[in-house]
Amino acid sequence: MATVELRFSALPEHVRTARLVAAAVARRAGVDEAVLDEVRLAVGEACSRAVGLHQGAGITEPVRVALIEDEKQFSIEVGDDAPRSTPGDGASGASAEADVEAEEDEMGLAVISGLVDDVEVTAGEYGGLIRMTWPTVPPGVGLT
Amino acid sequence: MDLSLSTRTVGDRTVVEVGGEIDVYTAPKLREQLVELVNDGNFHLVVDMEGVDFLDSTGLGVLVGGLKRVRAHEGSLRLVCNQERILKIFRITGLTKVFPIHTSVEEAVAATD
Repeated sequence: MATVELRFSALPEHVRTARLVAAAVARRAGVDEAVLDEVRLAVGEACSRAVGLHQGAGITEPVRVALIEDEKQFSIEVGDDAPRSTPGDGASGASAEADVEAEEDEMGLAVISGLVDDVEVTAGEYGGLIRMTWPTVPPGVGLT
Repeated sequence: MDLSLSTRTVGDRTVVEVGGEIDVYTAPKLREQLVELVNDGNFHLVVDMEGVDFLDSTGLGVLVGGLKRVRAHEGSLRLVCNQERILKIFRITGLTKVFPIHTSVEEAVAATD
């Protein structure tokens, strides 16, 4: 079960809240201080992407963020409800605007994959999920 | 923290001082400012990012858009940034090759290459 779960309306102003909550829970879970900036940025990218996908598809459901503390790792899952068509669909009829949106989407994913070593991106007809995982330092270790 | 923006002119350069967080919510404000400056004929911009606490890919997109606009008028867009956590985002996206990044406003204003 997730340590903390967050659902927010797909609006850009709530992405900052998600970043702050994720960083606070990550710190408590024992994610290294030096990595917290990366956690903040990565979760912000994933949430911005989900907000864009919901808004683009006119989905009123909230974006879901699960912050999961395990024994030696901390994971964040960001889920959206935007259905994906399989690659190749509509490739012939894609508008220039859709191309720009796809490019921005790719930029967010590029930042995530540049930042996070352990990341899984899945998507299907019911939506997508980005799962990012960081190692944690057990309490007492590394504190001298 | 929200986004703060202020502009001033130094010689033929326009310095845009940015503070706070540039993200999916605040980036449109920065985009508007850059578009307005270019529309008013300011084609040599220096964006001072020393007061920026957070930058994401939306913010990068706005800066790239600004660069495209000034280049259409043979202008320039230079960045001032010394913060490692912000510079890292430019590095992982390969944008350090796209933007001239300076360590001070004075250096950026004096640069001509």
